[in-house]
Amino acid sequence: MDRQRMRSPLACANGLGSAKEGVKQWWMERVSAVALLPLTLWFVASIIAHTGSDYAIFIAWLRTPLASMLMILLVIALFYHTALGLQVVIEDYVHSEAKFAALVAVRLGSFALAASGILATLRIAFGG
Amino acid sequence: MAKSPAKRTRPFSPNIQIYRPQLTSVLSIVNRITGVVLSGFAVVLVVWLSAAAAGPQPYATVQAAIASWAGQIVLLGCTFAFFLYLCGGIRHLIWDTGYGFELRSIYASGWAVMAASVVLTVAAWIASMFMGG
Repeated sequence: MDRQRMRSPLACANGLGSAKEGVKQWWMERVSAVALLPLTLWFVASIIAHTGSDYAIFIAWLRTPLASMLMILLVIALFYHTALGLQVVIEDYVHSEAKFAALVAVRLGSFALAASGILATLRIAFGG
Repeated sequence: MAKSPAKRTRPFSPNIQIYRPQLTSVLSIVNRITGVVLSGFAVVLVVWLSAAAAGPQPYATVQAAIASWAGQIVLLGCTFAFFLYLCGGIRHLIWDTGYGFELRSIYASGWAVMAASVVLTVAAWIASMFMGG
């Protein structure tokens, strides 16, 4: 039996349309993008500056408080931006049953990778 | 059971196979493609950081892979994708403030993004070669 027919017209219309949460997604894409402007440029400039560096020099640099902090901020902003961006790409192009699985995989994968990146930076920062 | 109208295969609009590519549409999809490609390099960043945290040997292995011919070509592509996405992103942020929507401005900023990406990629690699000796 058609479940919709048991419901009032208002109940059928409620919950459809805007979820009222799109603005937050759109806004956080921009906020993370603004954060990534200086952080990625700092990262690229630092990598270029360490082109000829050996392991010890590179680790000594990454252990400095400023470099450790900026690296952690970079990882957080990077994977937040990645999660938001890939979510939109999946929602636009994947219309099969794989969509739900892909959305969950992107969200959880981004969390896991961000955690791994932060942990690696902390191990370098506090390592003996 | 008949397919619902939403599930029926419908032609794309615009038909991308006969639609002439324009700077605007090409840069639009390039921004999306480079964004997805850079997500892959974000994974490489974590692998690289984890190798550095694991010690000199794992780090040397990853560095050797990056220093190989294939690694350098991929890194060059990554650099160009990064600067395209960066410059395209700045263009989008300016649009978000409500400026730059006139047709002339859109084409001017589009060519500026292309030129800046090429210049920054070349500059980054020259600087890197200079630092590497």
